[in-house]
Amino acid sequence: MLILALDTATPASTAGVAEVTGTDPHVHGLAERRTVDARAHGELLAPQIHATLEEAGVRPRDLAAIVAGVGPGPYTGLRVGLATAASMGQALGIPTYGVCSLDGLGRAAGPGRVLVATDARRREIYYATYVDGRRMSGPEVAKPFSFAGQADRAVGEGAVRYSDILGVPIDEHVLYPPGAALIALAADRILGKADGEVLTPLYLRRPDAVEPAARKTVLP
Amino acid sequence: MPDEPLVLGIETSCDETGVGIVRGHTLLADALASSVEQHARFGGVVPEVASRAHLEAIVPTMRRALDEAKVTLADIDAIAVTAGPGLAGALLVGVAAAKGYALATDKPIYGVNHLAAHVAVDTLEHGPLPEPAIAMLVSGGHSSLLLVDDVTAGVTPLGATIDDAAGEAFDKVARLLGLGFPGGPAIDRLAREGDGAAIPFPRGLTAAKDLAAHRYDFSFSGLKTAVARWVEARQREGTTIPVADVAASFQEAVCDVLTAKAIEACRAHGVDTLVIGGGVAANSRLRALASLRAEKNGIRVRVPRPQLCTDNGAMVAALGSHLVAAGVAPSRLDLPVDSAMPLTVVTA
Ligand SMILES: [Zn+2]
Repeated sequence: MLILALDTATPASTAGVAEVTGTDPHVHGLAERRTVDARAHGELLAPQIHATLEEAGVRPRDLAAIVAGVGPGPYTGLRVGLATAASMGQALGIPTYGVCSLDGLGRAAGPGRVLVATDARRREIYYATYVDGRRMSGPEVAKPFSFAGQADRAVGEGAVRYSDILGVPIDEHVLYPPGAALIALAADRILGKADGEVLTPLYLRRPDAVEPAARKTVLP
Repeated sequence: MPDEPLVLGIETSCDETGVGIVRGHTLLADALASSVEQHARFGGVVPEVASRAHLEAIVPTMRRALDEAKVTLADIDAIAVTAGPGLAGALLVGVAAAKGYALATDKPIYGVNHLAAHVAVDTLEHGPLPEPAIAMLVSGGHSSLLLVDDVTAGVTPLGATIDDAAGEAFDKVARLLGLGFPGGPAIDRLAREGDGAAIPFPRGLTAAKDLAAHRYDFSFSGLKTAVARWVEARQREGTTIPVADVAASFQEAVCDVLTAKAIEACRAHGVDTLVIGGGVAANSRLRALASLRAEKNGIRVRVPRPQLCTDNGAMVAALGSHLVAAGVAPSRLDLPVDSAMPLTVVTA
């Protein structure tokens, strides 16, 4: 089954195409592209999907499902990926599956006790902890603090940014959620032909909006 | 005519998620989801709340539009989407979705100007627009007078508000009078029981000294403050506020300036057609006064029905259909949004 994965929960816009077969299950990556620009998901993602599908030799109508990283991540970019995945899924009549973007990083990080941290802006991180790729805590959003003793290493661009505070060695090879990892995380649902789901972002924060205070008078 | 192109329009520039479908210049569907109730307690549109609502609404709204038009996405010939002006985060949801539909169906995408779409929508109701025409667009986000030579090529801005938009003034005065958000419909309703001549509120940028530099510009901030002063002065005296008269007199001041400048623009440019669009075009006094003054000057006023005046997907589809018919080149897949898209740009 040919699967498209999208993720825009970090400064990266990622598109990946993989074939999933029912042995184990097995995920065979066909093409994957990534560009890193925190302010340009809206411009970069769609051409990248087009190029990735072409490189994989896959037409959109050949796709069996779409997997999208649902965050957590800065909202504006995150919504670009989810709106694109949802509309493609609707137009193609195929299911869409959401996967926590931090889980993609946690899986890509491999064995051991791992902290995944991405930049949540406002001097905060989105984070979750993993043992052998399985999430143990999170996802949460907080000011960076020390994870010494709780994790053996940290991955994600947020970990690089706050390495001095986190107190664990940083693995700079794993910065953004790979499309193939997201597809692997949804492989059971894909092979089981599970119903698709509405892609709901993990915002973790409420909108900043304040109800207006009493109106100021104009007379002195 | 089955040969005419089937065009989809997606609108998410503010708090309405709209999907419209036209065949040529015939409206087949106009589905809308609004987040207006979620903004009411904040007294205005909260961009993040609007963006979240667009993402939730886009797929279901699309489904309703397709069902209403009895077509599928595979039948669509072109996709138009508002690329600006508007709230950047809100625009991005609609543009990303439009790109997804375009990628999946391999159909061209047109990123279009929201204000030009407000003009184009009238052709769905009243047929081809005689060009040149004057267009007046009045809403909570914009108040502009435009010279429309060719709606597919660009429109010439003649004037705009220099402070609050007309609809914004309605919202602020409604709040002052305790009428809730959005203010336009509430003031319109209340004003029917009041006297528009009761209180002589100021008409911004109509004095001779202002007309030199701001012949077709508007200003509603001074009016809003004048209403607040008038109301507060009576509150201090402890007298009852004649709310209906305040609403009617405020509304009269807004509509007087808008229609006077619109008619003047028509006369100065030798144009005999005035198109009015935007949410404030639904105001009953604005429609009546514009018709009255236009008739005296031999000008025809065209105002689409209220559902097509407020933000909607049909207007975007209507403009898209004009662009397809005119052979305009589609946008690229890296189409950006432009929250301050100039009027000279019709398709990005
Ligand atoms: Zn509008």
